[in-house]
Amino acid sequence: MTDETAMTSWTADEMMTVAAARQLRDGTACFVGIGLPSTAANLARATHAPNLVLIYESGCLGAKPDRLPLSIGDGILADTADAVVSVPEVFNYWLQPGRIDVGFLGAAQLDRYGNINTTVVGGDYDAPTVRLPGAGGAPEIAASCGEVVVIVRQDLRTFTERVDFVTSVGYGTGPGDRERLGLRGGGPRVVITDLGVLEPDPLTCELTLTHLHPGVTREQARAATGWDLAVAEGLATGAPPTARELAVLRALEATKADGRRQ
Amino acid sequence: MAKLVSLTDGVAHLVRDGDVVALEGFTHLIPFAAGHEIIRQGRQDLTLVRMTPDVIYDQLIGAGCARRLVFSWGGNPGVGSLHRFRDAVQHAWPRPLELEEHSHAGMANRYVAGASGLPFAVLRGYTGTDLPGHTTNIRPITCPFTGETLTAVPALRPDVTVVHAQRADRNGNVQMWGITGVQKEAVLAAHRSLVTVEEIVDELEPVPGQVVLPGWAVTAVAEVPGGAHPSYAHGYSVRDNDFYRDWDAVSRHRDTFRAWLDEHVHKAGAAA
Repeated sequence: MTDETAMTSWTADEMMTVAAARQLRDGTACFVGIGLPSTAANLARATHAPNLVLIYESGCLGAKPDRLPLSIGDGILADTADAVVSVPEVFNYWLQPGRIDVGFLGAAQLDRYGNINTTVVGGDYDAPTVRLPGAGGAPEIAASCGEVVVIVRQDLRTFTERVDFVTSVGYGTGPGDRERLGLRGGGPRVVITDLGVLEPDPLTCELTLTHLHPGVTREQARAATGWDLAVAEGLATGAPPTARELAVLRALEATKADGRRQ
Repeated sequence: MAKLVSLTDGVAHLVRDGDVVALEGFTHLIPFAAGHEIIRQGRQDLTLVRMTPDVIYDQLIGAGCARRLVFSWGGNPGVGSLHRFRDAVQHAWPRPLELEEHSHAGMANRYVAGASGLPFAVLRGYTGTDLPGHTTNIRPITCPFTGETLTAVPALRPDVTVVHAQRADRNGNVQMWGITGVQKEAVLAAHRSLVTVEEIVDELEPVPGQVVLPGWAVTAVAEVPGGAHPSYAHGYSVRDNDFYRDWDAVSRHRDTFRAWLDEHVHKAGAAA
């Protein structure tokens, strides 16, 4: 079996992480949050994108961890960074002027225009059904990065007709909104889920299913979406994880235990 | 010149009921021991300010010290939600908690404005989000030079900022390194400041990437070895990731939280 051999057994989360990692081009600068984005970015760096610049909002620019960090302030990020800067500097000097190519975001709710909620779900703002952590760096990452990659599990709770709170703007209410709002970054270029890949329609900005992961049907993807999900004419099935991608990903996941012991 | 004090005296003199208090730290160097002393001394009606309220703020909120929280991300980093924070917001337990919510960029700039002696900061931020609809502290402003619409947020001026650092000398000059977050700005923005340190030394050896706060810009310094635990002090300790993971179960229910608080905070007493 060669490194490029397609594997036959993987989890939906592994497929999602691999698909997200493939979106990251070598030599670009990527603003990374903890969890799936960090795992995918480190997978990319360990496979096809060795010169990917990882930027963590704790102030670590160009971090090169050899294990998965357990938080955005993990000491291994500072130890391996090209530069450690203050938090105001990360946002003012690096993110705000558009120096960062890709922002990697998760979502508790996502709508058809890629708007993201990580603040409150249900009820109203002052008495929510579920209080989520809030904005963090996301609103300005969504506004100012060259483009945004969203990584999120696809289900009816998350893929909603309307988000209960706009924490981070995707395409607002449709074409032209980002320009009207003065948002200088390009917005969500792609949404990677455990079922497939969604991309904004060039004319309507509406998220459209363009790829399914192997073994997933379009009916499954549509059933897991809270709006009438548009499907691209040339809907394709993405490549399964290669043996190398899976081996590196599993080795990275195993390093989380090392991090705990340190 | 910063006064060298015990943790008990430092909190007793510098943190008062009703104060606006910032305990800063970005995953690294979080002043947990000082937060526990605030709980032990029974401070009430605090407005707690922090970019990333995590486990120590969960404890302060669950202990009933806080009336209001000004923040940009409230979670247990790498683990999930803060259950005491959620219980306070969703069920007003142990008391209602008012929220003023921002983004990281906004909060960081608010500290910068406070440290700079300016009334407000200006940034490209919040535009198109629902955040400005829930506070009057996020407003549009027109650039007088270009006519461009930007966002203004008011300066943060905490009554007292508390941070943890690696070292101080006997004149109260404070030295920290590694991920130093927004601590310098938070100290300089505050009317009073308390810095807990791993150790007090005769002379501060330079360290690459260090941030030094001159003793004359700090109100008081207390030697509290391990005062960041379960957070860490780069060069002195490592993050107790198991504690953060285990906090999820401890904090999920009011009774297990209270038992933890009794055992590990009230009965523990100040180490310094």
